[in-house]
Amino acid sequence: MSKTKENVVDKAVYAFNRKVFCDGMRDGFPIALGYFAVSFSLGIAARKAGLTPLQGFFASLFNNASAGEYAAFTLIAAHATYLEVAIITLIANARYLLMSCALAQRCAPGMPFYHRLIVGYDVTDELFGITIARPGYLNPFYTYGAILLAAPAWALGTAFGIMAGNALPLRIVSALSVALYGMFLAIIIPPAKKDKVVGVLVVISFALSFVCGYLPLISKLSDGTRTILLTVLIAGAAAILFPVKDTQKEEGQTSEK
Amino acid sequence: MRSNVIYIIVMALVSYTIRILPLTLIRKPIKNRFIQSFLYYVPYVTLAVMTFPAIVHATQSPISGLAALIAGMIAAWLGAGLFPVSVICCLLVFVIELFV
Repeated sequence: MSKTKENVVDKAVYAFNRKVFCDGMRDGFPIALGYFAVSFSLGIAARKAGLTPLQGFFASLFNNASAGEYAAFTLIAAHATYLEVAIITLIANARYLLMSCALAQRCAPGMPFYHRLIVGYDVTDELFGITIARPGYLNPFYTYGAILLAAPAWALGTAFGIMAGNALPLRIVSALSVALYGMFLAIIIPPAKKDKVVGVLVVISFALSFVCGYLPLISKLSDGTRTILLTVLIAGAAAILFPVKDTQKEEGQTSEK
Repeated sequence: MRSNVIYIIVMALVSYTIRILPLTLIRKPIKNRFIQSFLYYVPYVTLAVMTFPAIVHATQSPISGLAALIAGMIAAWLGAGLFPVSVICCLLVFVIELFV
């Protein structure tokens, strides 16, 4: 991690660092754009469930989950019980449990405990992706920079979706909706170029994800559940067949800049 | 009659608990090689699974989605960062959908 020149004393990796914070905001910007577009369409589902724009705003601010919220809104629209909503939220968001485990491994010894509580607030596929792609112990302020843009965009998008419905031109929504995926590609392709195993895994993941959309039974599962199953299956098989050495791990994760 | 506010509180509690349990409970590094390797591969597999074929269905026409996928992969391969790759994908979709 970089030390500020004027500061002679070694700073801890988890200490506030303006550059790291700004890096987080820079990388959080495309995420925020993508979030706005996605949560805008989520707002339309929330509207069907009878949520007001303010309720939609807080539902998204406190949940930060596309598939999980969508599933819950569908149940709320059907007047499901609180328990049912709790269970669907648990299932659709189960993958965040895995990501949280991975993040726990990258917390520097001695990092104040409250950082874990704040970083945990917005563990999403995207924010996890950019956080874990950085080398070494995590600096929570990188993640905070990204959250600062991404979380409000997600919450506001939902509120606007409830208010405006179909006001935004379809063509704009269509273009914005690939911002997220573009970012995913920028995260997975460079390590795939460096590490052959990761490259093959990306291709296999693409292929199986495509096939699972057509298989009987499996295609009926929600996108979130399919993502969990495929992740556990593919990453599990790879971990058995190609266990990583510590050096290899370092190389792979230095990929993002 | 159930309240939307309680629904939202239930959702929020479940989501937050899932996210912070491992982060707060696992305080020591995991030594197990399988788990280490598994956690190393997880992000790439998850993101790849979520990207394709979803990107093709996200746009108005599958052609523009596919074009964005290919262009994004090439740009990322050549070393473009998160934001440039995203912008390239968005612009390409916008331009292609002017014609299809």
